Amino acid sequence: MRLVTLEDLTVRLGGHTALSHVDFHIDKGEIVTVVGPNGSGKTTLLKTVIGAVKPSHGTLSRAPGLRIGYVPQRLAIDNTLPLTVGRFLSLPRRHSAATMQSALEDAGADDLMDRQMTALSGGQFQRVLLARAILEKPDLLILDEPTTGLDQPGSASLYRQIEKIRRDLGSAVLMVSHELHVVMSASDRVVCLNGHVCCHGTPEIVADAPEYRALFGSGTQGALALYRHDHDHHHHGHPAHSHEHGDCDHA
Amino acid sequence: MLDDFMLRATLAGIGVAIAAAPLGCFVVWRRMAYFGDATAHAAILGVALSLALSTSVFAGAMAVALAMALTVTTLSGRGFAMDTLLGVLAHSALAFGLVAVSFLQGIRLDLDAYLFGDILAVSKTDLAVIWSGAGLVLLLMAWRWAPLLTATLNPDLAYASGIDPRREQLVLTLGLAIVVAVAIKVIGALLIVALLIIPAAAARPLARTPEHMALSAALIGTAAAVGGLRLSFLFDTPSGPTIVCTASILFAVTTLSARLLPR
Repeated sequence: MRLVTLEDLTVRLGGHTALSHVDFHIDKGEIVTVVGPNGSGKTTLLKTVIGAVKPSHGTLSRAPGLRIGYVPQRLAIDNTLPLTVGRFLSLPRRHSAATMQSALEDAGADDLMDRQMTALSGGQFQRVLLARAILEKPDLLILDEPTTGLDQPGSASLYRQIEKIRRDLGSAVLMVSHELHVVMSASDRVVCLNGHVCCHGTPEIVADAPEYRALFGSGTQGALALYRHDHDHHHHGHPAHSHEHGDCDHA
Repeated sequence: MLDDFMLRATLAGIGVAIAAAPLGCFVVWRRMAYFGDATAHAAILGVALSLALSTSVFAGAMAVALAMALTVTTLSGRGFAMDTLLGVLAHSALAFGLVAVSFLQGIRLDLDAYLFGDILAVSKTDLAVIWSGAGLVLLLMAWRWAPLLTATLNPDLAYASGIDPRREQLVLTLGLAIVVAVAIKVIGALLIVALLIIPAAAARPLARTPEHMALSAALIGTAAAVGGLRLSFLFDTPSGPTIVCTASILFAVTTLSARLLPR
């Protein structure tokens, strides 16, 4: 089942074309990761899907009644705003204490309910954001570099949590990540973005694509090896897509 | 003990303080102090216009305040440096208002009453207007509280939850214009923003949640209004500024005690 479909989508932000002629879709239950260099429009793509950025051309369609859980790249909470974790979880809709507690547990942030948001560590903060995003059992979980500011073990454990949530809730996951080894091991599909879609398909297909190599260089060999090591015996049902959008030298 | 005019003044002060509290919290959280200034100062121009056209001062002040707030909202995010733009608009609105008032010959106008308020001269009609405006603002805030709070926290989180932050901004703008219009008689255009910001800031160290902060701000604002009026009566000082002085002393007390007392 298609959750979100973008067709020939172009987004202009203040005179600059952030995305041009992007075709993209995400289906129920799949994990899709968006990779690309800085300024390649990854965050813009996510913001377009949640409706915060209006496309200047092309169409965006969402499944009717689609519930989205969103974890922004950065959330600065002003010091003048007193906010406990529990109150934050209940924005904009109130939830029972039991529901919130179980969401916190699912996100690996068990005992934080009464803490002030501004007093949390980076890792705790990300987990609370994740807990809020999964509270309403979203059909689609959108994460913009969810491990920003976390150390290696912290980010590995956050990704494990996300995979567990996908298993338990059946949510589709759309995320931006810079951690290529994670991308390669955990995603069903990868979209490589550089203002336009350079290449997309299963991680293996993308890692082999010359466009991807041009962007990320040969340093990705290790990531690919890791992916192959993890998934040797798997056969992904997703067909490889051809990449008709040409090279990545644009912009 | 209270004369009738004192009772009316007290009720007017409480009405404004209660309406200003939740709105003032948003002004503080969203760092809109200058925005409030521009809106409040524009009200002087509204007063001049409504006197020239012989319409209600309340309606004139509110219309011009609203127009100013909408202008600022529209211009924001279009490449202007926001604090510069607001500085230009706030002060030119005040200056144009003052100049406009000087054209109003033949109308005896006590400008001080609109700049600094004239709470002791609040009539029964004024009181009705103030409490209707305050009630309207409170209803608006209660109705839009959760979406407003979400949009204040982060516009993208709001979009993801199906909330349009621009609509919520409009609600806030409307509320601000109403508060400015009802507060002009009580506290005066120059000090309205003080009544929005100081009680909210004084409530911050006491609060653990946004609701708690708004409620504390209402109590602190009420205490400042009632206390300030008594003090101005005792010492024969101008009542609007005395109310603001009282609020700032309360701010100093809560802020210092939060710093000094271990939690």
